[in-house]
Amino acid sequence: MRIGIVCPYSWDVPGGVQFHIRDLAEYFIRLGHEVSVLAPADDDTPLPPYVVSAGRAVPVPYNGSVARLNFGFLSAARVRRWLHDGEFDVVHIHEPTSPSLGLLTCWAASGPIVATFHTSNPRSRAMIAAYSILQAALEKISARIAVSEYARRTLVEHLGGDAVVIPNGVDVDFFARAKPKAEWQGDTIGFIGRIDEPRKGLPVLMKALPRILAERPQARLLVAGRGDEEEAVESLPAELRSRVQFLGMVSDEDKARFLRSVDLYVAPNTGGESFGIILVEAMSAGAPVLASDLDAFAQVLDQGAAGELFANEDSDALAEAALRLLADPERRAELRERGSAHVRRFDWSTVGADILSVYETVTAGAAAVAAAEDERGPGLRARLGLARD
Amino acid sequence: MTATLIWILVALLAIGLYLSWTAGRLDRLHARIDAARAALDAQLLRRASVAQELATSGVLDPAASIVLYEAAHAARQAEEEQREVAESELSQALRAVFGEAQQVEAVREVPGGEAATGELTEAVRRVPMARRFHNDAVGAARRLREHRKVRWFRLAGHAPFPMAFEMDDEPPAALADRVAQQP
Repeated sequence: MRIGIVCPYSWDVPGGVQFHIRDLAEYFIRLGHEVSVLAPADDDTPLPPYVVSAGRAVPVPYNGSVARLNFGFLSAARVRRWLHDGEFDVVHIHEPTSPSLGLLTCWAASGPIVATFHTSNPRSRAMIAAYSILQAALEKISARIAVSEYARRTLVEHLGGDAVVIPNGVDVDFFARAKPKAEWQGDTIGFIGRIDEPRKGLPVLMKALPRILAERPQARLLVAGRGDEEEAVESLPAELRSRVQFLGMVSDEDKARFLRSVDLYVAPNTGGESFGIILVEAMSAGAPVLASDLDAFAQVLDQGAAGELFANEDSDALAEAALRLLADPERRAELRERGSAHVRRFDWSTVGADILSVYETVTAGAAAVAAAEDERGPGLRARLGLARD
Repeated sequence: MTATLIWILVALLAIGLYLSWTAGRLDRLHARIDAARAALDAQLLRRASVAQELATSGVLDPAASIVLYEAAHAARQAEEEQREVAESELSQALRAVFGEAQQVEAVREVPGGEAATGELTEAVRRVPMARRFHNDAVGAARRLREHRKVRWFRLAGHAPFPMAFEMDDEPPAALADRVAQQP
């Protein structure tokens, strides 16, 4: 099958959607499909052979943060050329509502289009204003995929229609096989995420830390992720700061080893999550998980059966649950076991097969994807009775 | 005078272009419904065929065979108006027969059973998918068709008002739980 995948965000900047697309493309290539990924990228960044650059993304303020997006005449022309050259059986657009390549592709393509909705943003003002334009473009999508039941619900509420739920994939064995590192073991609490983004929840964890350390002085907090380390520990009493260790950005291998090593993984995110891939990775590595009770997290953790939940933004509840788990190795072993079994449904072998089923369902009995103009030309001529054949 | 006339002409042309564009949009939606319906039919037929095959293969006990054969046969033969009910009954029959993991295991163990269960698992997973895509397209077309501009100018032409396909497509627990199937 010839598959075209559209990534809306810059390939140079690492992010959840980009990783998802990379893994998906590589999974399909391993199965022998032909895959081409269209993504924004600087001209001098080295790209894998299957990625086609759609030009440099422009940083613009969008939806409360600065997003790097592609739009305008040049990008539209590149999208059109990519569609024309690719002759894809199916085009898979990620995040079609962001004003970037996804939306442009929706405009330009005709034929079987599959779209994955990653975020579950509440409807923005701009989206309401552009609703009718958006609707006309989104109508072309033959199959919609939401990454969680929660994302599907927001999608149905805001845009109407329906979607199938297929979770994000993880290479479970990559995490399950990683070797633990001794220096990260022994009463360690792990946290991965941007330090300076409050919605990742590090401040909640910092507030809970004094109580945890009061009862278990030997405990340590290991933090992996970018951001200002000084600022992060500011709220902590000076004598406790040595119990927090910052590892900075870690490689994929180190991330897997990190998750294999820690005695408890804490995800105190306060909102804005539609899936929670990090929880799946933690469970794959066999780390007992303690997470805030966001809708998306509760679903990934099987409503608390595969990992424990605490009341969102409640640092006392977090401290209490963390202390209880650290003191109870049996319960942690139980969580490890349940998590490892539960996480199999997120493995690429399952997720990739599901996405391929979607492709096969929409391509059955449909023509290949074309740049819309190829079709409009002869169509109009045929309508006027000028077609030659 | 001439200027007014020109403006009126420009306005009419703009309205005409907009209506033509809307008609094109509607046309595309109808084409999408047709494709989605064809895909749904294919998946339903596939599911009924695999079920019938399993029912006549002798790997199931006689009672289960009869129940499954009856439902699969009815689903394949159903008239258009009876289709949703017949397909729902096939879903129920499949749930009754393949409700237990042991039954699935027993089928997998016989020669050729592995392939048959694989096909059935795929079919019961794809039917809800295809149905959701179909109904999504139907919903989009209905929303557009209910709009004033489409009704007043009869942009939908003679195309029948699209209907959603409603049925019970819950897959059997033992087949849906793919974790249990991991070798």
